[in-house]
This record gives sequence, C-alpha cells and structure tokens, in this order.
Amino acid sequence: MSELKINPNRRFLRPEKLPHFFCSGCGCGQVLNYFCQALDATGMQPEEMVTIGGVGCTARIPIYLKSDTFHGVHGRTLAWATGVKLHKPEIPVVIFAGDGDLVSIGGNHFIHACRRNLDVTVIVVNNLNFAMTGGQVAPTTPEGSHTMTTPYGSAEPRFDICRLAMAAGATHVERWTTSHAAQCVAAMGRALKHKGFSLIEIVSQCPTHFGRYALGSGDPQRLIQWIRDYTYTEAEESKLTEQEKEEKLKCAKFIEISKPVYQGTNEMN
Amino acid sequence: MPTVHADPNRVKTGVHFMLGNYALVEGAISAGCDFFGGYPITPANEISEMMSKRLPQVGGKFMQGEDELCSIYACASAAISGAKAMTATASAGFNYMQEGLGYCYTVEAPIVIADVQRCRGENYASQADVMQMRWGASGDYEAIVVCPASVQELYDYTVWAFNLAEEYRNPVIIMSETTIALMRERLDIPEANDLRLYNRRYTSCTPQQYRPFAAPEFGCPDMAPLGKGYHTIYSLNPHNEDGGIDWDPDEFERLYRRITGKIRENSQKICRTERYLLDDAEIALIAYGSETRPAKEAAQMLREDGIKAGVLKLCNVWPVPEAAIRETAENVGKVFTVEMNIGKYAGEIERCVNGVCPVSRITKNLGTIHTPAEIWQAVKEDLK
Repeated sequence: MSELKINPNRRFLRPEKLPHFFCSGCGCGQVLNYFCQALDATGMQPEEMVTIGGVGCTARIPIYLKSDTFHGVHGRTLAWATGVKLHKPEIPVVIFAGDGDLVSIGGNHFIHACRRNLDVTVIVVNNLNFAMTGGQVAPTTPEGSHTMTTPYGSAEPRFDICRLAMAAGATHVERWTTSHAAQCVAAMGRALKHKGFSLIEIVSQCPTHFGRYALGSGDPQRLIQWIRDYTYTEAEESKLTEQEKEEKLKCAKFIEISKPVYQGTNEMN
Repeated sequence: MPTVHADPNRVKTGVHFMLGNYALVEGAISAGCDFFGGYPITPANEISEMMSKRLPQVGGKFMQGEDELCSIYACASAAISGAKAMTATASAGFNYMQEGLGYCYTVEAPIVIADVQRCRGENYASQADVMQMRWGASGDYEAIVVCPASVQELYDYTVWAFNLAEEYRNPVIIMSETTIALMRERLDIPEANDLRLYNRRYTSCTPQQYRPFAAPEFGCPDMAPLGKGYHTIYSLNPHNEDGGIDWDPDEFERLYRRITGKIRENSQKICRTERYLLDDAEIALIAYGSETRPAKEAAQMLREDGIKAGVLKLCNVWPVPEAAIRETAENVGKVFTVEMNIGKYAGEIERCVNGVCPVSRITKNLGTIHTPAEIWQAVKEDLK
C-alpha cells in the first residue's frame, strides 16, 4: 500500500479549518494553493504576516492561513491595511479580495491606496459577479450578462481592474487566470517581494453562480475554457481585432516600477 | 490596576488659555496616543490639524483618510497592531463611522473617537447624537461615552477615555459639542508624574497556548502582538475563544454575554457623576456635557428664589450612571432633565427614577445652548 502523501505546503494552513468551504470547482482553492506555493518559493512565513479578507468568497481565503487576519467587513480591506502599515511597516500585509469587495464597495479605498503606493500585496479573485450573496451583477460583469439582478442582461460597462489600478498609481500590476498556475505563483512571488502597491488579478471560475446563470454551465472545465477565451496573452494579442481586445481582458505583467511608499500624510513622520 | 506615569515629553505642563479642540488633542498626546486617522469635518477640524502637527513631534503617525471609513478602520487595525489610536469627527461624519465602530466592539479594539456634535449641517450647538452614540452600530455591544463640559474636561476626560479603552478593550466615545470644542478657556495641564495611564495587557502565553478571545466571564482578553506567530483572526463574524468563526449558539451567546457584560458588570467602576448643591436639594436638575453649565447657574437662581435646587452632572452617559440617578431621585421631590435635543436621554433618566418622584423634561433643539434663565423659567413654570 502506498503511503498517504501530504502536501508540504499544508504547513502554511490552519489544520483545524480544513476542509475549506469553497464550492466544488471554485477558483478560490486554486488561489490559496498558488499563494502557498509562492510562500514556499519566497521563503516567507504566514506567521510573520497580516492577511486580510473583507466579505465574500475570496475573503475567506485568509482564514485558512496561519497568519494574523482581519476579516468580516465588506470593502474595508485596504483601510485596515493602511493602519497596520503605518504602525507596523515591517509586517508584510496581503489582501485577498473579491471583485465586489475591492472595486465595488471598496472602490474608493482601492484608488487611494494605489495613489499612495501603500506597501501591500492585493490578490483580487475576479469571478465576475457577487458570488457569496447568490450571483448578482458586479462592476466587473461583462456587459450583456444575465445574472440574478440583470435578468434582461447587464446594461453597464465593466471595469478593467488592472487599468484602474495603473491609472490610480499602483506600482506592480499583473493579471492572470486560475488556469495560469505557474504564472500566478510567479506573479504572487514578485508581489510579495515588491516594495509598494502590488495588484495581482486572477480571473476565476464561479461554477455555482456566474457559470450557471451567465454562462449556462456549472461545469468548471467548461468555465475555465470560457475564461481562456475571455482573456488573451501577449502572444495571442496580434491575432485579435481591436474590438475583440476591448471586449476581452489581457493577461500579462503590466507594470513593475519603484516609487516611494506611503508612510503617512506628512513628509515628517 | 497596573498603571504607568505619562511621558513628560508628551505633557505640556502648565496653565494655558486654549481652544477646546486643542485641549482634547493635548489630552490624547498626554495619554500616549500615537496614531490618528481623520477626515475633514467642521467643527472637529482643529483636532485633525493639531494632531497632524503634534503627533510627528512625539513619534506618532497621522493620516488623513480618503473618508471616515478609512479613518476608523485604520484606527481599528492600528490599535490591534499596538497603537493607542484615535479619530475625531462630527455628527454627520459619525454616521459613517458606525460601521467601523461596530467592528471595534466585536473584536474588542481599544480606540477612542471624539464626536463633536453639531446640527443643521453647521456649527450649531447640539446634543442630538446621544442615542446614536449608544445604539448607532448594528449588533450587540455596550458603549462607553464620556461627556466633558469645559475645555479643562476636554483634556481630563480624553485621558480618562484612553484609560477606559485600554482597560476594557472597548471603543470609548468622547461626546464633545460645538459649545466647548470652539471655546477658549483656562486649562491646567498637570505634571506628567500626576497622570496615571493604564495600558492594555499583553499575553504571557506562547503562540501555542494563546487563545485570543478567552477571558474571565465579564473580563477582556489579553492581546498578542501582530506578526509574531499568534495567528489571530479578528473577524466581525461571531467567533469562539480561539478566534475561529463559529455560529454555534453557545459560542455566540458566550461572546455577546462577555463583550456586553465586561461593561455592564463594571458600570459602577466606570461611571462618574458630580453633585452640585444636592445635599439639601428639593429638586434636582440632571444634565450632561455643556448643558451642566447653565443648569448650575439656574440652580443658583432658583435658590435665590427660595427653591432648593441642585444639579447631578453625568460625567458619562453610557453606561448609564443608574445608581447615582436613582439615589438623587430618592432624595428630592422632583427631577428635571436638561438636554440640547428633542428629549432623548430623558427616557433613560425616567427609567432609572422609576416613579420614585415625578420627572419633567427641559429640552431645547434650536442650535443654541440653554441660557440659565430659560432653565430657571422652565422650572418655575413647571412648579406653578
């Protein structure tokens, strides 16, 4: 009989919290897995960190990590992060936020944290809808999508979170999908080492809600394929028309630059 | 109670003629405040402005958030990170902060909030937030609200507020008012050696032994430093003594029984009142904040008319100083409640008096404080 193998990255997790509560086929488990691999690769320990989740599915990722954690209020992840980074700048802070948490209710905190170049890592799991509440339209939902609050199709244009972050002043911005495993791990590793505001957007499948309502399927494999079609890499860019590029999301490392980080409102600190 | 002396470098010992908002800042600096997050709003602006000048001088951090929510959540996380954190706002801004205040109650983050009450969207005088201070946030909690009535008390009660926040691991609200915040008065700042400060308790447990929300039945838990392996979850969700999100009814009941009980069961220790001309009084005026000032003058005027009046000054309105109110009611023939709103806290006083004597309400909600003559006249007419 073969010996049961235990993933060595389980050392980063709180054993009493497993199994996790994510739906079958949800991308949040993958993101947690990628983050643990990035911890392993960078040699960082969650015990030395503060991880933050607001409210939503993604917001539950931190509670599986052996770290100090703020959780449970919708949209205020970056406000918490600001207090920690001002009082204890040496503590690494990692935020796991859903698209609704980060750019809907938390949108104001988001643009200002980008502007200040707050020294944090933000991992936004973009599943294109409000999932925990049952599949309502989000600022990231593709136009025309049918969701629980857009039964006639969404009439609102969607946000491009990465463009928003860059326009607001973020200094490290990348986008990948849950099926870009190696790229996600590498991007998170770069983000953990980056001094300044890092945004890693991961476009993710939601089989329970966005998949079933907007895409007509709860099959994670089909949804991952749909996301691959909804996104494109630099290598695929030349094959697309301008209109296709506007409708899809590009996956790439967009920016990684160095700027002074936020240390308070005044120059004297 | 283990206390320490204030840091002499933070205490501007001496006699000053100072603006109320600045006196509050000096109280906070004396008490060890080292983090302030604020958002501009009148009439609280002088607090932020002076904090932005004073905090860097004593090694603290000042930030102006993009809104009230950023400010209060930054205070919450800074407090959990180890800071003595404070924010200041005024009535309309206090609305926004209720959300963060609710979080602080639940995770027991010791922050101090100054609400400089105003009305009509401007600098008009008011005490209309007295109920919002107690009931503004969702969920179950107990509030501690102190009510200074002068520039001196803005300093003294701010020190008191920080000590209460640290001792009970609870947010503490300083109920300020336009009347005193924008007033200049004499302020005596004591020697640092005469200021006793209470600092929160930190755990002596190892990370393996530490149970972040385990505490005596009506006590508060010891804190642990962040980023040192204690891996604590500070969640608004119901949590068990290990900090795990837990919807078990027994855990739910234990949490809310403790975070409300730690204030309720200690209310006799927390509450302070001051008696003025009450010893032989036949009627009592019960007031809080700036309204205690005209109430005291009105009591003198009534005495000149042969009516033996006294004043019970409530130094804090929450928790309710029930014993002092009841004792006062038992020794007079009538109680008058005096407040600058439509008559809100009067209900609490009536509850405490519980029919022992009649209670009449003297209220004013016109954006100006009662004059002594108005209170005097209201009492005279009532007694006719």
